This record gives sequence, C-alpha cells and structure tokens, in this order.
Amino acid sequence: MSLLVSLELQRNDFQLSVHCAIESSGITAIYGHSGAGKTTLLRWLAGLEPQTKGHLSFNDQIWQDDKQQLPSQQRNIAYVFQDGRLFPHLTVRDNLEYSFKRRFNDNGPGITQVSEWLVINQLLAKMPAELSAGQQQRVAISRALLSAPQLLLMDEPLASLDNHSKKNILHHLKKLQQKLTLPILYVSHDIEEISQIADHLVLMEQGKISAQGSLQQLFTRLDLNISHEENAGSMINAVVSEHDDIYQLTELKINQQLTLQLTKIDCAIGDTVIVRIPARDVSISLNKAKDSSILNILPAIIDEIETTNAAKLLLRLRIGEQILLVRLTRKSVERLRLAVGMSVYAQIKTVALLTELTKP
Amino acid sequence: MLPEQDIAAIVLTIKLASVSTMVLLLLGTPLAWWLARSKLRSKPLLEAIVALPLVLPPTVLGFYLLLAFAPTSSFGQLWLSATGAQLAFSFSALVIGSVLYSLPFVVQPLQASFEQLPASLLEAAATMGASKRDQFFSVVLPLSRRSFITAASLGFAHTVGEFGVVLMIGGNIPGETQVLAIALYDKVENLQYSEAHWLAAGLVIFSLLLLAMIYRFNQPSALAMGAK
Repeated sequence: MSLLVSLELQRNDFQLSVHCAIESSGITAIYGHSGAGKTTLLRWLAGLEPQTKGHLSFNDQIWQDDKQQLPSQQRNIAYVFQDGRLFPHLTVRDNLEYSFKRRFNDNGPGITQVSEWLVINQLLAKMPAELSAGQQQRVAISRALLSAPQLLLMDEPLASLDNHSKKNILHHLKKLQQKLTLPILYVSHDIEEISQIADHLVLMEQGKISAQGSLQQLFTRLDLNISHEENAGSMINAVVSEHDDIYQLTELKINQQLTLQLTKIDCAIGDTVIVRIPARDVSISLNKAKDSSILNILPAIIDEIETTNAAKLLLRLRIGEQILLVRLTRKSVERLRLAVGMSVYAQIKTVALLTELTKP
Repeated sequence: MLPEQDIAAIVLTIKLASVSTMVLLLLGTPLAWWLARSKLRSKPLLEAIVALPLVLPPTVLGFYLLLAFAPTSSFGQLWLSATGAQLAFSFSALVIGSVLYSLPFVVQPLQASFEQLPASLLEAAATMGASKRDQFFSVVLPLSRRSFITAASLGFAHTVGEFGVVLMIGGNIPGETQVLAIALYDKVENLQYSEAHWLAAGLVIFSLLLLAMIYRFNQPSALAMGAK
C-alpha cells in the first residue's frame, strides 16, 4: 500500500496539516492524543469530509485533487467506526449481507467464514440492539471484512470495550490481517493496543505528523512525546529457549549471552516473540545485586540521558543490539552520577509477551 | 341505497385523494429531505411557505389558485397550450389544489423523520459501497417507514376532508369535480337531511378508523430502534 497525503484544513482554532507518504503492507497505527486530528484525517481518507481540500492518492489511483474527489462508495475501502454503526433495522445476518452484497472484490471471504473468525455465529439471528458493545464491534469488524476492501480504516474500534474483549479481538484481527494480506490503518490512543497489533507507527501531534517508522524505533526516541507517556516502554525481540515446569517460568534468549525470564507462556522452544518492557518497571543499579527479588538483571550501557528539570528523566540503555527505555527520578540519576557510556545493570520488573511471530 | 350521484362523489373523492397522495409523496419526499439537510439561511422561509395551508383559510388559497388557473392567466395559458385542456374546473385543478393544501401534512412528518435519521448510518452505508440512491432505498426508507405511512395517511385523509379549496377552484360539477364534502353541503342546502346523515356519518367513521390505524401503528414496538 502506498498512500500519498497532502492536506491542509483550518477549522475554527484547529489546524490540520498533513503532508506525507504512508507506505506499509501490514497494520499501520496512527497514534496521538484526543484532538490531534487522527479521526478527521481518517474520515478524510475515507471521503467522509467532502468540505476538506487536499490531494490524496492510493497506490496509483487519485482519490482527490483540486478538481474532483472520488466519493466514499467508489474508494473500495471499509471503515470500522468507534461506535459500530450497525443498521438497527437489520438482523446481524442482514447487516453482514448488506456489505457482502456490495463487496468490492469477488475473491473476498464469505459470511460463514468471517462469522467463524470473529466468533459471531451464535449472534446471526439477533438484532443489533440485543448485543453487547463487544459483540457489536465484532459484527462491525466482520461487516467491514466482508466488503473485501483494498484498505481497511479503523477508528479506535476497541475504545469502548473491556480489556478481555479487547485482547480477544486484537488477537483475531492480527491473524486475519496476515491471512487476508489487507493493509489496515488503525487509529488509537492506547500504546499497549498499538504495541500488540501494529507493524508501523505514525505519530500525530496537534494536527501534524511528528514522526513515522517502526514501533521499536519510535518508542525509544527520547525526543518524541510517545516515549514520555505514562505507560511508555520498549519492545525486545527474543527467542523462546527453555520452559521451567517447576517454577512455571519461560526463558527467552535476547542474544547469545543474555536471557529474560517471564511467567510461563504457551510457545514452542525456538519461537520468535516480542516482549514489552514498560519504562517505569525498570530500575538501574551500578553493581549486580545478588540478593534482589528481581529475576531479570541485565548488563547494559547508557546510550542517552534526557536533560530536563523534570522530576523524572528518561534514559535509553543498550542491551546487546537492543534498546531499553528506563524512567528514573532525576534525584537518582544525579545520586548515582549516571552518564552516557557508563556500564550499569538494568533491573527489569515486568516482561509482557506481545506477539508470537512465527506461529501460524 | 345511495343515489348514483353520491356514489360518483365517493369514487371521485377516493380517486382525488389517491392521486394527490401519490403526487405528494413524490414531491414531498425530496422537499422534506432538502429541508431536513439544508443549512441555507432561506430555509425558515421555505418551511413557513410549506406550513401556510395550516393557518390560512382554504378560501384564500382557493382564491389565488382560481386566478392562476383562469384561461387568461399565464399559468392557465401555459397549461392550455401544453395539454390542450382548460385547467379551471377540471380534475387536474383539484389535484393541484389538494397537493398544495395537504403539503404540510406530508412534508412535516417526513422532515421530522429525516432530521432524526443518523447521518452516521448513511456514512457507514457509503463506505460499504452504497450509492446515494442505494442509501435512500436500503437505509432511509426502511428507517422512516412509519413516517411515510403517517404522511401518506394524513395526506389522504386531509384531501378527503377538503372543502373550501375545491369549492373555489373545482366548482360543483357532479361526476367531475363534485367531491363528498361538497355533495354533503348540497344535501344540507336542499334540506335532504337523511341523505346528509349517511354521508356525514360515513366520513366520520372513515376518518376515525384511518386515524386510529395511524396511532396504533405509531405506538413504539417492543424492540426499540437503538439507532444513535
């Protein structure tokens, strides 16, 4: 997918100014705080903001230029709205039929298939008003997939759901994306959600795109806002090397020498996984503590220290080839006289599994 | 039971009401849609014009229509050259009069329904590839079904009950422009009270049944439409 965007929009005291090329094949997350213009950008991409001027092309197809714009219904896209938007006068099955009958490509998946993927087979006879928020969103996502679009736009589709349903749907969605090779633009303001699902990241701040690239890279750039969020963290690639049945732990190798341990996960030995380590759950000591309760203590080299007068500072550590983000109080940084290039030990309290890359 | 002339009046009334209702739905739907969606400054003026028949005495409307339909007026001449028939005192004149007279009864329920219809559902339909026309038939129409039935019934019933406008522009030609309300007026003028009773009671029962049906139909169903 290649999306060429050039958009200027002035609305009251809100200004949107986006000029970029979004290149991706998998799931591209658009991240930003509320009011950053994410939804407006997505709606414009879908052709739902006809008043807005700009240039837009998808692959080699022009969607909007100075003279004309292609209406939504001819862009061959699908859109999952934050609020589901199921047709209230139609049953779940008829809602699915609605998009299936008008699908853009005959090679798309069928209703039986999609209802199995998103586990909605039991709901087909119900009316939308009878469904829970989570069920409605699953139906909305199914309906979007049945359109067989060339691009799927999703606007915080899981914002109204509890953590359990969220995890469940994210898991399905990731698998489906790989199965259908369908490019997805996914708007969200939830870092954990993005870490679990996205392959690429576009950061938006106050109506502008501040950076785009891989998650690993952007999450650990100290000059970006996203590394300063409360639940900011880094992502580490690792390989499952051992299961410990006595203590119910799994050991991951992050390079030839270094390992991490986490609560036992359901992966085969040799699987490649990505784990997420929140910056607030890492501390630093100058010597390797022998009597600490923390399992994961890794040697690291300080790569960068933020210089501000805030109470807390961000540090970037290098562990082998990989980058670890740490948040410490400025007091600790000064007391330990931490400086760029120093060798230290990173004590890691939480390691969370994100994805299983090699599993089908 | 009823004299032939009265049967003719009943048939003519039903024919007039049916044709007018159809014309009203065809013209009223786009007008109501436009009024519901437009943000133009002149919109309140148009809404007022549509609502005018609600407050004006029908004779006022009838008077102006009579002037417009006269063969000497430019509209009357245009009609004459286009159709070859005179407009005044014809069935077509009755239809035009009825359409104007019953316009608010059709446009207002439709406009209210269209205003409540969530634009978000139309956006969703558009992203699924539905054209404007397709959106109207697959989303707007089924979601405003009740309002269409209300509008059609009110338009029909109101045309059946019309008197002043018809008297002014249609006159009283039996079998051609003499509708029920006017036939009734004739009976009373001629002191034929027993026949007048038949017609009057018939109109009361018909109107009562039709209105009761509308209200019955408009009761909220058990399954609330959860549209947002």
